[in-house]
Amino acid sequence: MSGARRRRSLTGYYLLLPGMLWLLLFFAVPTIQLGATSLYDQNGSLDTGYAMTWSFGNYIDALSDYRAPFLRSLLYATSATVLALLLAYPLAYAIAFKAGRWKNLMLVLVIAPFFTSFLVRTLAWKSILSDNGFVVSTLQALHILAPDGRLLATCVAVITGLTYNFLPFMVLPLYASLEKIDLRLIEAGKDLYANGFTAFRKITLPLSMPGVVAGTLLTFIPAAGDYINTKLLGTPAQNMIGNVIDNLFLVQLNYPIAAACSVILMVVIVLMVLVYVRRAGTEELV
Amino acid sequence: MSDESTRRVDAGADLTLTSVTKRFGTFAAVDDLDLVVEQGRFFALLGPSGCGKTTTLRMVAGLEEPTSGIITIGGSDITRLKPYKRPVNTVFQNYALFPHLDIEENVAFGLRRRGVKDVKKQVDDMLELVELGSFGKRRPAQLSGGQQQRVALARALINRPRVLLLDEPLGALDLKLRRQMQIELKRIQTEVGITFVHVTHDQEEAMTMADTIAVMNKGVIEQMGPPTELYDRPATTFVSNFLGQSNLVRAEVIARHGDEIVVDASGNKLGAPADRARRTQGTVWVGVRPEKVFLATAESEPQDGSNLLRSGVVSDVSFIGVSTQYLVRMPWGQELTVFEQNSGAREPFTVGANVDLHWLRAHTFLLDAQQDVHAGDQTYAELVTGAPV
Repeated sequence: MSGARRRRSLTGYYLLLPGMLWLLLFFAVPTIQLGATSLYDQNGSLDTGYAMTWSFGNYIDALSDYRAPFLRSLLYATSATVLALLLAYPLAYAIAFKAGRWKNLMLVLVIAPFFTSFLVRTLAWKSILSDNGFVVSTLQALHILAPDGRLLATCVAVITGLTYNFLPFMVLPLYASLEKIDLRLIEAGKDLYANGFTAFRKITLPLSMPGVVAGTLLTFIPAAGDYINTKLLGTPAQNMIGNVIDNLFLVQLNYPIAAACSVILMVVIVLMVLVYVRRAGTEELV
Repeated sequence: MSDESTRRVDAGADLTLTSVTKRFGTFAAVDDLDLVVEQGRFFALLGPSGCGKTTTLRMVAGLEEPTSGIITIGGSDITRLKPYKRPVNTVFQNYALFPHLDIEENVAFGLRRRGVKDVKKQVDDMLELVELGSFGKRRPAQLSGGQQQRVALARALINRPRVLLLDEPLGALDLKLRRQMQIELKRIQTEVGITFVHVTHDQEEAMTMADTIAVMNKGVIEQMGPPTELYDRPATTFVSNFLGQSNLVRAEVIARHGDEIVVDASGNKLGAPADRARRTQGTVWVGVRPEKVFLATAESEPQDGSNLLRSGVVSDVSFIGVSTQYLVRMPWGQELTVFEQNSGAREPFTVGANVDLHWLRAHTFLLDAQQDVHAGDQTYAELVTGAPV
């Protein structure tokens, strides 16, 4: 009897085992390795090997040398997240409440870009935003852009690319939480003297907060660490911290500073997420 | 006191529906409905699912727009008014409490939207009325079904609507709690004096609470009146079967003696008061409620003022505690139902016993034989379609 119960209570742990082993091997070990590398002596090299000197100064070097890319990353990622939210919310709302029999087709269309590679899609934006493309010429004709103005190789192009690439990650959680909302709650709101807009503000929006939180996190986190969009749509002047880390690891071979930058990015993101989730206060809704 | 009484007068005003029709495609959910609900009434719209009662309620709430017709409250036309502009509030079927707000904010929702001051005091009073004074800071999910139901009621009532609409408000509660809430709802309605329009498919619930019941079927009102009136003098076979049970026996009208109609049912002469006859000539259904019928051993003496059907054979006996339910097979093949109190006056009959059926002529009603004998009979419908109705 007690043996059977013990066996049953252990089943959960057995089920966790493969996943835990995987995470241990490919997440925990590399993270510790990354942390260790960030404290190595900067004077070492791949050939001579690195010495563990607990060089916390690496972090000061990383922050002072690369403050601009750090801030730019946070700024670009925030802008892209806000833009994606503004674009995705009406879209998800329409799919959830107004699409009727087109619902599934529209969801497929949201996911459809994943059928082609991330790189190819970003390259496509390169031609869309190119200097002689229709977007630039239209904007120039409308005098929104100066005659010699351009989009490519500016922060506009990078933020556009980030917004585009992570939009589905915003749409899907928003759709999932909007779709769950009981329409009778909105009817109840209208019955209790809320007009359409107030009912949205007081009922639909708060109830969709879990989707907003999940969507913004799924957009902000990868966007903050992205380097492809700057590489393909921007210039070194738009370098984000991802580009810096990429460069430090693969070109300059400065492993300790590269690792320090990575750890800082990780810590900053985790802290921001903690504060954000705490402030959004959605625990009891999820 | 005077403040209380003026408030009671202001609290409601007649709700009228004039030739209201609602079509979904070609299907008329509500068909040319005329209805007047006097202010301060506890009014029940009773009918099986799909009869149009909820659609009617939603049109009054403004959540559904009538295809044609006019709805007024206290003389002013509200037919095309947005729901949030109507002096009407609803208690929804599954309560529809806002899960992200605590009980206080749920109840305060309507007042806040109208910019009312001193919300806190009113919310406290209202929670006190529904006996949930200490639950203000909880979330709806932390409350039981019965408590949620009372919050839904408080949330609607606090706005002092002219008409309170209740859409199967007790449907999700278990039987015991439902009985308790029926009494509670009636108490609250008497206390606040607001017109209640209550939609239900539960005939017992409607009869317990309402002053006036309208029985709806297929988008039209079959009959409207006080519960006793509907029960004792059903106008149609649907009402006679839907509200309680009825025995309906086919007969021919053969004579009229003053206030009494005499009919012939398979050779038995039966009488019924003329004012309980919906049809006074030709073929009719002779109706009597099962609990009005007494069983006697075969060859019993006829009684004055009583109808008598002879040569029945008991085909089924079910003991239900307070009463025993008999099925009696008549010579023409029909099975009649008889409920007998278990008063212990005599030994219960057993299957196969030969019995006579007696009942007072005053308890007899006559219906149009053109109408379907099984209309509104829920157990029969279940038997035929194989699905609960």
